Amino acid sequence: MSILVDKNTRVMTQGITGKTGQFHTRAGRDYANGRNCYVAGVNPRKAGEDFEGIPVYGSVKDAKKATGATVSVIYVPPPFAAAAIDEAVDADLDLVICITEGIPVRDMIRTKYRMQGRRTLLVGPNCPGVITPDEIKIGIMPGHIHRKGPVGVVSRSGTLTYEAVGQLMEVGLGQSSCVGIGGDPVNGLKHVDVLRMFNDDPQTEAVIMVGEIGGSDEEIAARWAKDHMKKPIVGFIAGVTAPPGKRMGHAGAIVSGGKGTAQEKLAVMEECGINVTRNPAEMGRTLKSILR
Amino acid sequence: MKIHEYQGKEVLREYGVPTPRGFPAFSVDEAVAAAKKLGGKVWVVKAQIHAGGRGKGGGVKVAKSLEEVRQLSSKILGMQLVTHQTGPAGQKVRRLLIEEGADIKKELYAGMVVDRGAQKVVLMASSEGGMDIEEVAAKTPEKIHKLFIDPAQGLGDVDADEIAAAIGIPDRSRAQGRALFRALYKCFDATDASLAEINPLILTGDGRVVALDAKFNFDDNALFRHPEIVALRDLDEEDPAEVEASRHELNYIQLDGDIGCLVNGAGLAMATMDIIKFYGGSPANFLDVGGGATTEKVTEAFKIMLRNRSLKAILVNIFGGIMLCDVIADGLVKASKAVSLKVPLVVRLEGNRVEEGKKILADSGLPIISARNMADAAQKAVAAAKAKK
Repeated sequence: MSILVDKNTRVMTQGITGKTGQFHTRAGRDYANGRNCYVAGVNPRKAGEDFEGIPVYGSVKDAKKATGATVSVIYVPPPFAAAAIDEAVDADLDLVICITEGIPVRDMIRTKYRMQGRRTLLVGPNCPGVITPDEIKIGIMPGHIHRKGPVGVVSRSGTLTYEAVGQLMEVGLGQSSCVGIGGDPVNGLKHVDVLRMFNDDPQTEAVIMVGEIGGSDEEIAARWAKDHMKKPIVGFIAGVTAPPGKRMGHAGAIVSGGKGTAQEKLAVMEECGINVTRNPAEMGRTLKSILR
Repeated sequence: MKIHEYQGKEVLREYGVPTPRGFPAFSVDEAVAAAKKLGGKVWVVKAQIHAGGRGKGGGVKVAKSLEEVRQLSSKILGMQLVTHQTGPAGQKVRRLLIEEGADIKKELYAGMVVDRGAQKVVLMASSEGGMDIEEVAAKTPEKIHKLFIDPAQGLGDVDADEIAAAIGIPDRSRAQGRALFRALYKCFDATDASLAEINPLILTGDGRVVALDAKFNFDDNALFRHPEIVALRDLDEEDPAEVEASRHELNYIQLDGDIGCLVNGAGLAMATMDIIKFYGGSPANFLDVGGGATTEKVTEAFKIMLRNRSLKAILVNIFGGIMLCDVIADGLVKASKAVSLKVPLVVRLEGNRVEEGKKILADSGLPIISARNMADAAQKAVAAAKAKK
């Protein structure tokens, strides 16, 4: 078991004809069951062509109809990426994973508004994607560092997720699924949504939750976990040393008006029973120590 | 991206938000000429820097004669204005706004930001204008009225009227308040602003509602579709190292410590700063080189970090992912040679072909300290920086 995606997932790539889309579609196809999973690409001007044998369709609807793909991954450039999400939502896909970094916030506000009441889930944007190790990799993460196992990982940051996975592997722990929810202020699934899924997933025995400064998603997730989570969580928040009012790389990583500090998040997480580590090199070992 | 008050008021006027008349001035003569052009008997001389708190710092003064405009302008222009937002060094004043005096009956507050929880734009308004709104929020939160704006409908008349009434705009000025709030939202939305703040928003003696200040911040991700906003950028207001870094697509923020960090990925870069602190050191900067740590990027990154005179060591923390460690190592060696690196360099590489990468570093003949993992790297960097003191 896993969450969001597994070896039976069928994926289309929106933006398959760009350099990034091609590079990562190839890497995804070459990972585990990827050859069966990656079934379509979308480009309105290149319908009928193919990318290394993967057929390209003119629209998400056409790709879904022809191949049965229910998940899409987006590598479309920022000015057009929100419209690409809209198209996938309009086609009633199950899940859209938007890798694109740099989408204007105004576009995402409108897209999120349009998504109300629709069935499609969104991961990202500005995220590494989702991997269920040894089954399927959708996104830009390095597949080879992962192995199947009992730990779920959810994070706003790409390389920090790889760091967490690397530490888990060092202590001999694989992962059920790893979800990068992205570093933007207006995005799809939040920490709390992913925790819910890990809670319901029989394979997942424990979770590493990696957050960073800005917003209050980690606090919301922690408060939910206090009442509902049946599995232990290890938490880390990046940005204890970040100066206020400065955007730390990610569009959403900013302490504004004294709100969204790492200290505040860590305190709430601790209060809610999450095993917090303040040392980012100790995520793996902390998890190992609490796993029964 | 931030802009100056006078630029913000120009943007507001374009969308129909009333502001006092005024002109920017880059010299004392221009300031006096601006006052003459405005006419009247009272002028306000306002320092134009991006930081807030200018009034308390002595950057905003009222003049009652042209001679006084001249005196105040020559005093303020060129001063190091220190406010709670500038840091102790202050910011040099290079521009002024000369504005007609306003007949202030009441000071109010209006601001717009993107609310992350609601994932909508929120209008915040208060009867308590002219003071630090964060203080109002902390002490008397009931005096801040919030309205989440439906992105499909925009800000409607009924909602705008309610907010106007809530903050004490009297009935006879209600239509003006409504128009102002609607224009403010239109402006915010159309320009891809991330913050628009009018503090104070004033009610004049003759019942007009006027924006006496204008603070804007724009979404960097949307600047590609706003050349008119990009044209307002003032590089003098930005950290030169950060500006230089952005030219090379590096994300750099200067801090006050002595251990430079070069990392791929924003989250890992923050965590690297944190772990330096955890082991008793102090990070000199945030630096995200992004996905591609190429020789060129690393060289530029080293150059930017080395401008910082307090730098005592550099920690490179790269989780290779898709990039190969030997390629990164090769780039690090070339970059170190290109800038003739003198400070100790601690390198932690993770990912494919890590052994090959470490060998390249070891064989380079450079004083590079290899680290096994993030904790080892941080401890070694902290030790190296302490040894240098």
